Amino acid sequence: MSGRSTTSSGRLAIVLIGLGLAVAVVAVGALFLGSARVPPADVLAVLTGRVKGVDQVVVLSLRLPRILAALLAGGALAVAGAGFQALARNPLAEPSVLGVSSGAAFGVILAQVFGLGSSLVEAVGLAACAFAGALVAGTAVYLIASRGGGLPVHTLLLAGVIVSLFFSSAITVLISVVDFGRLGGVVHWLLGNLGPIAPGSLAVFAVVAAVGFWLVLAPARRLNLLALGEERAQQLGIDAERLKRRIFAGAALLTSAAVAFVGPIGFVGLIVPQIIRMVLGPDNRVLIPTAMLGGGAFLLLADTLARNVIAPAELSVGVITAFCGAPFFIYLLRSRAGDPRL
Amino acid sequence: MAFSYAPREPGAGAFTIRDLSFDVGAGETFGVIGPNASGKTTLVRLLSKVLEPSGGRIRLGGRDVTRLSRAELARLVAVVPQDVPRGFPYTVEELVLMGRFPRAPRRFFESKEDRTAARGAMEAVGVLELRGALLDRLSGGERQRVMLARALAQEPRLLVLDEPTAHLDLRYQAECAGLLRRLGREAGLTIVLVSHDLGFASELCDRLLLMSGGVAVRLGPPETVMDEAVLESAYGCRVIVDKHPISRRPTIHLIYPTA
Repeated sequence: MSGRSTTSSGRLAIVLIGLGLAVAVVAVGALFLGSARVPPADVLAVLTGRVKGVDQVVVLSLRLPRILAALLAGGALAVAGAGFQALARNPLAEPSVLGVSSGAAFGVILAQVFGLGSSLVEAVGLAACAFAGALVAGTAVYLIASRGGGLPVHTLLLAGVIVSLFFSSAITVLISVVDFGRLGGVVHWLLGNLGPIAPGSLAVFAVVAAVGFWLVLAPARRLNLLALGEERAQQLGIDAERLKRRIFAGAALLTSAAVAFVGPIGFVGLIVPQIIRMVLGPDNRVLIPTAMLGGGAFLLLADTLARNVIAPAELSVGVITAFCGAPFFIYLLRSRAGDPRL
Repeated sequence: MAFSYAPREPGAGAFTIRDLSFDVGAGETFGVIGPNASGKTTLVRLLSKVLEPSGGRIRLGGRDVTRLSRAELARLVAVVPQDVPRGFPYTVEELVLMGRFPRAPRRFFESKEDRTAARGAMEAVGVLELRGALLDRLSGGERQRVMLARALAQEPRLLVLDEPTAHLDLRYQAECAGLLRRLGREAGLTIVLVSHDLGFASELCDRLLLMSGGVAVRLGPPETVMDEAVLESAYGCRVIVDKHPISRRPTIHLIYPTA
């Protein structure tokens, strides 16, 4: 029988270079699209520094940071999804399904209610509060869903829904109590908001995301072995509990970074890793780096669509990902209907 | 390589093993038999450091197991489980390569040596042509050979098999016996076999340890351990001990109640 070949550094390099080029093309292309009509020649002029003025503001201060934020957030959410999936040994696990996004969102709103704005230092504080919320939500889901050392998928999904609902309600209560007038804005934010982001914040985002990426990517080989089950992985020399904690922290950090800077966006962590798995296989050493790039490209495409499809009005990017994600989730759930673990 | 074992009661886990003490000689095929909940699986967990004994010592080749790191232990001991989890998404070759992890835990990618060793292990058990196949698609016997290959890829000195014939058809039971015999005799591998299949254990093992309720009931060659009175008191049912027509090893006949 022939099947896929095993992973090697050479194969991974080819995949990443190819994908990296694709992402670069999409990113540059996105600079040319937007609700403010900037002719292509002018975009090029701005990029080469020949033109100043409104066009420069649009391309460099509005579109470019937004593109970078989309790439970072998409990559972060996709890798977080891959991490949660390896932990739960189930492809349905991802930050929004598990309620971790909602927990992080609650953390952000709580911090903003207490006055944290968007200056550099405050941005770090926001990310920290998001992280705390993400950890609480993730731990709650784990405790609720654990059954005799395993995480059966039906309890996992239910726990995720409950925790998600809890935090969404908590957010609504919080805003209603503090400043009812802002509720509409917050609801809009809850669908994902790749709005203008200051360079300082973007830098904080990048650093936090980098830490998260490293936490999940570096033990990728050990993560593969976790698919055997904790006991078998331990018998091969892995400290399974420590690995799980590390991946959980990394995935929660990535989720909270994305939520803190672009709002909670669902389904990226579900769709992107699964598509990569279908094409390249389940080896996390390939999956995680590819998800970093692929997730970024996916979210960028979704956001570009969201920005332009009903121009000059804007759809929230979370709407696009949800429209893609919900059917995909159903398809995954149904295709596993023959799986006796469910 | 000798292996000695003398725990009191294991700390973790819901089960207690008391006052157990035995040695396994290098190159020996050693069987652990007994009814369910006699402590056989707990023993496997103690040998692979999944559980720690709350008293006494487990020594491999003279070294205390608690002093070894998990990876060091995995280089010495390979456990062959009953099966892989359902829906396991990796191919045969990918699984066998996982067995190379303890040899070089710091590596991100496997080396050429790892691949060669994995191929050698797959060839030794006869699954090399299945290497690109998904585990889910294989038969029980094929999966077991793959897991054996993974254990061999660890290049261990001690092989521990946890209920190797549990899910196997007769044909694969015979195949498994042949493989283990070859590994024991030709490769000089020390094998500890935990099994509820008395005929299989009696056939393959140089010595047997009969456990019941967490204590050792008898230790010795199959002829000594497979004694009607001993087995009846351990298993709580009546048996007749006979000799296998070809190998002359002790075999069991269960006395079924009439009506």
